[in-house]
Formats: sequence, C-alpha cells, structure tokens
Amino acid sequence: MRLTQTLIGSLALMVFLLMPLKGTASDPNPEQGDGKFDPKELINSHVWDSHEFHIADWSGHPITLALPIILWTENGLTIFPSSEFHHDNTGTTVVEANGQQFVKYREHIFYADRFDQEKFEATSTMGRPFLYEDRPLDFSITKTVFSMIFVSLLLVLIFGFAARSYKKNKKAPKGVSGLLEPIILFVRDEIAVPNIGSKYQKYMPLLLTIFFFIWLNNLIGLIPFFPFSGNVTGNIIFTLVMAVIVFIVTIFSGNKYYWKHILTPDVPKALYPIMIPIEIIGMFTKPFALMVRLFANITAGHIIILSLVGLIFIFETAAISPVSIAFVLFMSVLELLVAALQAYVFTLLAALFIGQAVEEHH
Amino acid sequence: MNIVAPESLIFWTTIIFLLLLILLRKFAWKPILGAVRTRETSINDALDAAEKAKLEMQNLHADNEKLLQEARAEREAMMKEARELKAKMITDAKDDAKVEADKMVAQAQAAIESEKKAAIAELKQQVATLSLEIAEKVVKHELSDSDKQMKLVNEMLGDAKLN
Repeated sequence: MRLTQTLIGSLALMVFLLMPLKGTASDPNPEQGDGKFDPKELINSHVWDSHEFHIADWSGHPITLALPIILWTENGLTIFPSSEFHHDNTGTTVVEANGQQFVKYREHIFYADRFDQEKFEATSTMGRPFLYEDRPLDFSITKTVFSMIFVSLLLVLIFGFAARSYKKNKKAPKGVSGLLEPIILFVRDEIAVPNIGSKYQKYMPLLLTIFFFIWLNNLIGLIPFFPFSGNVTGNIIFTLVMAVIVFIVTIFSGNKYYWKHILTPDVPKALYPIMIPIEIIGMFTKPFALMVRLFANITAGHIIILSLVGLIFIFETAAISPVSIAFVLFMSVLELLVAALQAYVFTLLAALFIGQAVEEHH
Repeated sequence: MNIVAPESLIFWTTIIFLLLLILLRKFAWKPILGAVRTRETSINDALDAAEKAKLEMQNLHADNEKLLQEARAEREAMMKEARELKAKMITDAKDDAKVEADKMVAQAQAAIESEKKAAIAELKQQVATLSLEIAEKVVKHELSDSDKQMKLVNEMLGDAKLN
C-alpha cells in the first residue's frame, strides 16, 4: 500500500510540476498586465475555491469543467452553468439569468448593478465573502463541493464494494476488505474504544466516516490534476462544518456528569463566576481547535509545495528546479503522512470529546 | 481566507457529510463491523471450543489410561484367579483321585480279603468233605472184614490208653 501511495505521489508530483508551467504562461492575470509572475496568484488559484474546475490550458485557452452556479436571488432560485462567465473573474462579463444580471469578481458572484469594485477591494479579506447586501446567496457546486461529492462517491463505492465482499466471504478478509479492515479496526481499537469506552459502538459510523472522509479528501488534495486537486480539507468552512458536527454530537451525547462538570464544577461556589464561563468557553474551544488544526495543516502543506514550485518561476531559471523538485518531493511525501495523521488526529480528538461527554464518572 | 461563499460550503458540506454518513452506515459500516464482530466471536468461540476439546481430549486420554489400567489390573486379577483356580482344580482333582483311588484300593482289598476268606472257607469245607469221604471210604474199606475191624479196635483200644 505504501509503495502504491508513493507511486501515485511521484506521478502526481510530475504532473504537478508540469501544470504551473503551462498555467502561468497563459493565466489571464487580472491584476498584472506586465506578465510578471506572481506567486501569490499561483498559490491562491490552487488553494482557493472556484466556480469552475480548471483542468489545463491549451494554447492560451483554459480548459475547465463548468460547474453549475446555483443562486438564491431576490427572484428565487437561479441556476446557470459557470461557463457563461467565460472564465471572467474581473466583473466585466455580465450574465443574465432569471431576469437578473450577475458578474463574477475574484470568484464572488454579485448582482451586476450593485457590484462595486472599490468597495470590494476596501473590504478586508475576511469580510469579502460576507458582502450579502451586494450579492445573492450562493449555493453553487464549487470546485470544493465537486471534490467532496467525488470523494463521497468514491468512499461509497469502495466501502460498498468491501461490504459486499464480506457477504460473500465469511472467512479471513481479502482484496479490498483485506486492505481496509486493518484501518477500520485501527479506528475501532485505537481511537474509539480507548477514548469512548463501552459505548463506542454507537459512534463507530460517525468516527469511521470522519476518518475516511478527511483522509481521502486530504489525499485527493495532494493529487494535482483533474478530477482531483480540490483543496477540501484546507478550506476552513469545511473544517468548521466537521467541527460543528462533532460539537453537536458531543453536546447531544453529554450525560448528567458532563453537564454537571460544566454547570456546577467541583470548586467553591465563589469561583463559579470564573469557572462556569471557562468551562463553557472550553466547550467551544475544543471544536474550534479541531477546525483550525486541520485547516491550517493542510493549507500550510499546499502553500509550501506551491511556493517551492514557484521558486522556479521567481528565479526564472530552470537551474533551481532540482532543488525545487527535491524539496517538493520531500514535502509531498511528508504531506502523505500529514494527510493520514491529520485525519487520525481529528478522529482521535472527536472520539476524545465524545468520550468525555459520555464518561460515566470521574 | 479561501472562501468563495460560506453559505454554499456550509450547506453542501453538511448535506454531503450527513448523506455520506447515512449511506456508509447503512451500506458499509454496519455490514463490515457486523461481519468483523461475527468473525471475532466465531474465532473466539472456535478457540474456546478448541481449548475445551483439548481439555476433553486430555480427560478422555486420562480416562482411557485409567480404563486401560483398570482393564490391565482386571486381566491381571483374572489371570491370577484363573491360575489359582487351575491350581486348586488340579489339587482338588488330585485329592479326589487319590481318595477315590484309596477307596477303590481299600474296596478291592476288602473284596480280595472276603474272597480269600470265602475261598478258604470253601476250601476248608471241601477238605472236610473230602476228608470225610476219604475217611468214610477208608473206614468202609478197613471195616470190610472182621479181622481188620478187630485189629482196628484193638489198635484204637491200644491207643486209647485208659487214663
């Protein structure tokens, strides 16, 4: 299995190294007309979410998979393919749909009449996605969502197949199930049982789904070509949702000891004004840490790899490429480890939090 | 912040994850974990059964050994008994035979004795008869003339000394 991963990694790396060469040569760069290489643009274009799935460039024209744009506008639900924007990200191409006009600026879709470039640029990066007064609610199948669906289908297929083989083969597992069973048992015996205890069975589906979903998403993000390369786990909204799901499960699993620990901790009553807020903040910091850890680890890995590739273009010499290749190879192998490790850590901490909530007594 | 539209991702991630959870739980985790658990139970059961069988085998072996021992002892006892019986039978037979033989000898001796006695008695009788006849004949012959009778009387008288 490790050999296969390394093989895929190296193969992916090769394609990865080829892609920016093509991409940067012809990327329509909205900010810079001088054709100078901007590593920030390169990195952002790979790490950011987008409304279309960029596959490759062919003689200056980007080849993309047009993903559907689904908007909840003032006129109701509006759906049209992202190809209607003709790869425009500068807010100049106006698309008419459902009696309204839309523009796309830096992957954000606005009502054409309300779009104000000055205002957008003046808004902080953090605030830009939340300019709801100027844009419709955007429920588009973005690249990230597409990757997520792709990974989900892959998971259902793989595990459905594995589950079927158990029906036929009652003896020792072989084939796909032989490969997956040790991992499933690892999640059960090393994550669920030690942290949750006797009630682990109830949480096994959740933990297994979290583990494999995050792991496969991490791995998919490392493969730099279509239909992979979607940076799902490096997206803070994705990790936010995952953390919130864990949080909700924890809250609803909490028994009376859990709530007693938070609301009436074993300290003198005088300390309650300090302790209770601390405990309540503690409830939220745990999933917050989950969210940030996964997001930061994966994003950092992607940025490092892309920066190392970017070195070649910053120095504008092929002589640096052996250094880049060596470092990128090293980082990619490391990222393979991080992909599994972060999935493990997320699942482990989820199990730990749930375990604390269902613990019978101290 | 690499977000295009937070609502899109929140919506889709939630939907996709929950759907994935439901689908995998129904079609993957339940069957797989069930199968694994069943197999683990069956392996444990098989190991327990093997252990039990081993113990039983040991017991059986011990039993067999005991049975064999018993059988051997019994055989030994039977053999001994048989030997004793044989010896006793032989002795008894010998004794019986001896007694019988002695008895027969005694009977034979008694019979011989009585036969002998009878024979002697008969012989005596015969001799007496014969003697009488001879005496008669002799007397008859002796007393056939008067001389001789006289002589005899004389002789007898001569013998018969008056005392």
